[in-house]
Amino acid sequence: MGKIKLLQGNEACAEGALYAGCTFFGGYPITPSTEVAEFMARRLPQIGGAFLQMEDEIAAMAAVIGGSLAGSKALTATSGPGFSLKQENMGFAMLTEIPCVIVNVMRGGPSTGVPTGPGQSDIMQCKWGTHGDHPVICLTPAYVQEIFTETVRAFNLSEKYRTPVIIAFDEIVGHMRERIEIPDPGVLPVVNRTKPTCPPSEYLPYDDSKGDVPPMANFFEGYRYHVTGLNHGTDGFPVNASPRIHTDELRLIRKVEGNKKDIVKFEEYQLADAEVAIFAYGVSGRSAKTAVEAARKEGIKAGLFRPLTIWPFPEEQVAALSKRVKAIIVPELSLGQIIFEVDRCSKGRCGIEGIYRVDGDPITPAQILAKVKEVK
Amino acid sequence: MAFNYDQYIRGGKLPHIWCPGCTYGIVFKSLLRVVDTLKLNRDDIALVSGIGCASRLPGYVDFNTLHTTHGRALGFATGIKMAKPDKHVLVVSGDGDATAIGGNHFIHACRRNIDITVLVFNNYIYGMTGGQYSPTTPLGHMATTMPYGNIDPSFNIPELAKGAGASFVARGTAYHAAGLDRLIVEAIQHKGLSVVEIINACPTTHGRRNKFKSPTDQLLWMKDTFLPAVAFEKLPPEKTAGKLPMGVLYKKEGLPEYCETYYGLVERLKKQKEGRAQER
Amino acid sequence: MAKEQAAEKIEATENPKVKISIIPRFCKGCEICVKLCPTQVLGMEMFKVKVVDIDKCTICMACELRCPDFAIFVEKK
Repeated sequence: MGKIKLLQGNEACAEGALYAGCTFFGGYPITPSTEVAEFMARRLPQIGGAFLQMEDEIAAMAAVIGGSLAGSKALTATSGPGFSLKQENMGFAMLTEIPCVIVNVMRGGPSTGVPTGPGQSDIMQCKWGTHGDHPVICLTPAYVQEIFTETVRAFNLSEKYRTPVIIAFDEIVGHMRERIEIPDPGVLPVVNRTKPTCPPSEYLPYDDSKGDVPPMANFFEGYRYHVTGLNHGTDGFPVNASPRIHTDELRLIRKVEGNKKDIVKFEEYQLADAEVAIFAYGVSGRSAKTAVEAARKEGIKAGLFRPLTIWPFPEEQVAALSKRVKAIIVPELSLGQIIFEVDRCSKGRCGIEGIYRVDGDPITPAQILAKVKEVK
Repeated sequence: MAFNYDQYIRGGKLPHIWCPGCTYGIVFKSLLRVVDTLKLNRDDIALVSGIGCASRLPGYVDFNTLHTTHGRALGFATGIKMAKPDKHVLVVSGDGDATAIGGNHFIHACRRNIDITVLVFNNYIYGMTGGQYSPTTPLGHMATTMPYGNIDPSFNIPELAKGAGASFVARGTAYHAAGLDRLIVEAIQHKGLSVVEIINACPTTHGRRNKFKSPTDQLLWMKDTFLPAVAFEKLPPEKTAGKLPMGVLYKKEGLPEYCETYYGLVERLKKQKEGRAQER
Repeated sequence: MAKEQAAEKIEATENPKVKISIIPRFCKGCEICVKLCPTQVLGMEMFKVKVVDIDKCTICMACELRCPDFAIFVEKK
């Protein structure tokens, strides 16, 4: 039995990071994610970890990558505007395969938008925000307990696949307080990056001959190697025109898309016999669960598919679902983004109905229930 | 007497990428002599750069090397230093990389006074992209984005660094290569944020379009233009026109170094905790 | 002399006082060494540096110091 606490979502994220072995935070104040930085500012010095508030989100993202390269598990947290600024350096970490975790506590967008209101309109940016083809893992917790466990999972996936992992939850989930059980150390698995076993002279930082994820040496451990944002060979040095670039890009994508069984995670709630399904995550997922219960009371066979991994997208599961139900309803705090993916995977096999809301308030169970009744 | 640079260069990397007559190779050799003079353990050095001609330097040296994104080297370097404060962290960055897109990180690293040595290769131009003007291109000089002569006023990099809080500021030139060794040695030995502006020549996209017929002409211009700070201060005002000081321009010892302060706090918290533990 | 450079083709010229080694593959023909040599020891041939008169060399090291390309080395005997 772990420690029972009443924690804010943002604090649970900080605690989850510490549980996962995070000893480095680089951040910059921005509503509604600042509390993650504030908790890390208090907790990291207590455990000898490094806390840095940098001059902007670009520097924060850079510091996190530097900290990780020097051997620390590193976290940053931000919201829309900061998330936009971090894109280039996130892409750098994706290509150089340096593990790190980026929290995006989503608020109303675009631009300054609704800083204190929830939003889910960054979800495509999580996938396509930085330029070029790149691997993306993005997790979407909806409960304070889940923020804790998904943050631990984010670090594990980041270390295991040597790639940045994004955790995206909206302002409501980030700011709300809920009962949480913090497991004792050792209860949840904690994964560390695979270290090279060969002598430094033989080390190839991006050698893919033994698998898609090359072992990673930290700086200052005798493996003096080169890291560059230029496409590079197995030895880490720039290559600008060679088949290597093509095969390497495919490998980077395959690290994620080829391991969906390990990465994709979701909750199916009363979905087995459902005639109408709801696809929703984050705060919209919470409203959807209540709507399912209300619908069931009225004899309507509704069910919820709630992804905890939004990227890579749960294509198989949504495709299978689309064969079993009359319609999939997609409530999201945007003018329709993740609905494109649901539609793409359903291939017209069932109705696709969106519920959009961008006025700074969450979609209510009543709104979802009304749509369920409409389509059944 | 010939210096063995080979012990520090990664095999098979020469000849390097820099153009004929580009003076970066001179400064590169100076850096290698400095590492040798200081007997630094290569495992303990991280050399970080941004984007541009100067930023290709880390690829050639057998240290822990990181070639980051344009202007952001100091952000990465700060992260590395905070994670491993006992290691040597050096940044090489061009004038545009450090003071244009990287300007915000430059002034904040100076303000923070974190123990990092920043070598700013100032060749007065964006060379890699073919010769656009930069924050240090002199007024009236030709550049591809100033085809009628540059109207953009320039930074004085040492003053900028000093004003932002750097505790060691120096200027060297590619011509005065032997003197440069001593400046970089002192910069690395100094505890705190050290900035060394190193005057360089880009014959390809700047020099030949601005009255320097050959790379050597621009090196000789450096010889005539830059005087040791002591000599410069003695010049009567009317004689200083067209001259600039070099050497250690500003040095403040004893200022708190960022990592030391931070990890000092960590120690205090640990002792308080141990103190409380004994009371229970 | 650098080990790696030893793997390169080297043109060495020497006299009892000094040995000047040139690595043609590294020399990019910038002429910095030729122009900065105080006693005109060096010259250009086919865009590469060449020792013209080694006996004028005063071992001042100006050429090795300012060669940007590791293409010339001076060894005092």
